Amino acid sequence: MLGEGILKGMAETAKNFFGSYFSAGRLTTVEYPEQRIAPFEAARVFPFLVYDGADWEAGLRCVACQICEKECPPKCIYIVKSADKKPDFVGKPQFYPARFDIDISVCMSCQICVEVCPFEAIKMDTEFELSTSDRFGGLLHDRRQLAKSNEYYNRIHPSEAAGVDARLSEEKAKAEAKARAATEAAAAKAAGQGA
Amino acid sequence: MIDELDQIFVLLQHWLASFLPEPLRPAASALLGVAAIVSIFPALFALTTVLERKGLGRIQNRLGPNRVGPFGILQPLADGIKSLTKEDIVPLSADAAVHFLAPVVLVVAVFMGFAVLPMGRNMVLVDMDAGLLFYFAIGASTELSVFMAGWSSRNKYSLLGAMRAVAQMISYEVPLLLSSVTVVMMTGSLSLTKIVAAQNQYSYGLPHWYIFTPWGCAGFVMYAIATTAETNRSPFDLPEGESELVAGYHTEYSGFKFALFFLGEYLAMFSISGLGTTLFLGGWTAPFSFLTWIPSWIWFFSKLMLSIFVFIWVRGTLPRLRQDQLMNFAWKFVLPMCLLNLMVAALWRFMGEGWLRWLLCSAILIAAYAALGLGEMRRKHRGPRVYRYAE
Repeated sequence: MLGEGILKGMAETAKNFFGSYFSAGRLTTVEYPEQRIAPFEAARVFPFLVYDGADWEAGLRCVACQICEKECPPKCIYIVKSADKKPDFVGKPQFYPARFDIDISVCMSCQICVEVCPFEAIKMDTEFELSTSDRFGGLLHDRRQLAKSNEYYNRIHPSEAAGVDARLSEEKAKAEAKARAATEAAAAKAAGQGA
Repeated sequence: MIDELDQIFVLLQHWLASFLPEPLRPAASALLGVAAIVSIFPALFALTTVLERKGLGRIQNRLGPNRVGPFGILQPLADGIKSLTKEDIVPLSADAAVHFLAPVVLVVAVFMGFAVLPMGRNMVLVDMDAGLLFYFAIGASTELSVFMAGWSSRNKYSLLGAMRAVAQMISYEVPLLLSSVTVVMMTGSLSLTKIVAAQNQYSYGLPHWYIFTPWGCAGFVMYAIATTAETNRSPFDLPEGESELVAGYHTEYSGFKFALFFLGEYLAMFSISGLGTTLFLGGWTAPFSFLTWIPSWIWFFSKLMLSIFVFIWVRGTLPRLRQDQLMNFAWKFVLPMCLLNLMVAALWRFMGEGWLRWLLCSAILIAAYAALGLGEMRRKHRGPRVYRYAE
């Protein structure tokens, strides 16, 4: 019969109209500034620099190797290598970034910097509310703004960070064992020479 | 007391006019009536825009606007301020005078239609003997303004929208008039107040509204279809189809002129719903005889808002028609049904009282509907779509 489909459609929309007042499941809208959904663990927005310990400057894992700077497709990373060295997490003296800037207006969130970093120093953040009234300075993040603690990293990407931590502590243990073996060998040698 | 409440606006008008010297009173009360219409209906328009957006949102399981004021009720205020402060852009090659006149002509013409609508007992601005004729004559000039807008913009989208609008409005003007003619045939008058008075009778507590007769019901359906097309509402919103034509004939309008178009469209919807209410739904009369104590203007505006709700509901349900579907529907379905309805109305008139005329008239209309509908359905080629040219 002509017009049957129209009536069916009208019934459907009426069901939606009245149903939306009674069943909460129908309204999927999240009213953003007041309501929020927790970000997914795999969410990624812009990179940040991980530091260990309490002091961000001393604990930065970055050794200014500049691989990320070279690999970055839109060239949004700018690194100046330090003149001196500071000890890294295993105590080995390493360069550190005297400047580390990321222009988030250029960054395309591709995560390539994270993939190429051999030192687990740069990771993806989930913070997305980065709008600013200053479109030049405000969108250029320096190393102070980029440095975030390992605890923060563990909080936003728990499983990924656990893997990183396990690997780093293994590496550290290996380095310590090696160092201990070396000192023991040196001590034994010294003892042998002494005897 | 109840009578006074029913006549409150009329009394208010007389009271306000009584402050003036005798010779000025008729002009003053006319001006007061105009002022009331010019303020009430735009206010209703503001309310309708936000309710429509919320209703459409609910139909699509969204919340709709809820940021400005409590439950978003002040949204029209924000929209109004926005459209007032926007730059008024007139294209360089546009015909500036016509471009400026088009929205004005639309709004003025639409407002004039309200003059003859009885919005309550004794509440009609001009009680014309040929009120219906006046209404349709004025209503037809909205087509002119739409074409003025499309033509003067010198933009292909505007012109296409205007062409579509004119084709559509002229096609549906015919069934609109023919479906209203049945009412005139029954009442024997073109005066809208007389049409309402003819429906203001009750038997067994039920009113004698024309929609409760076979020819009236069919006429109302045809009238509703034709008005939807006349006011360019979905599913007949081809003239401003935003997915094809940007915004149709008002593509080149911005700021307050655009707001005027918007206002004009909604006012046209109100006035044509008001006319439909007057013709078929008994105007300001109550739906049951025991409810006649409720003021007449409340009934008129309730019926009006109910029609608006149906307009919004239909908009939220149906997709836009194609141009050929639109034309086929008008000329091959609505028009024959309207013509048949004229015959049925005549039959009804001359068969006299009795159950036989109910049976016969209903049977004719239903049979015609089924036959025409089946014909329409048969012609449709169901199955996988074949593209003849675009492959």
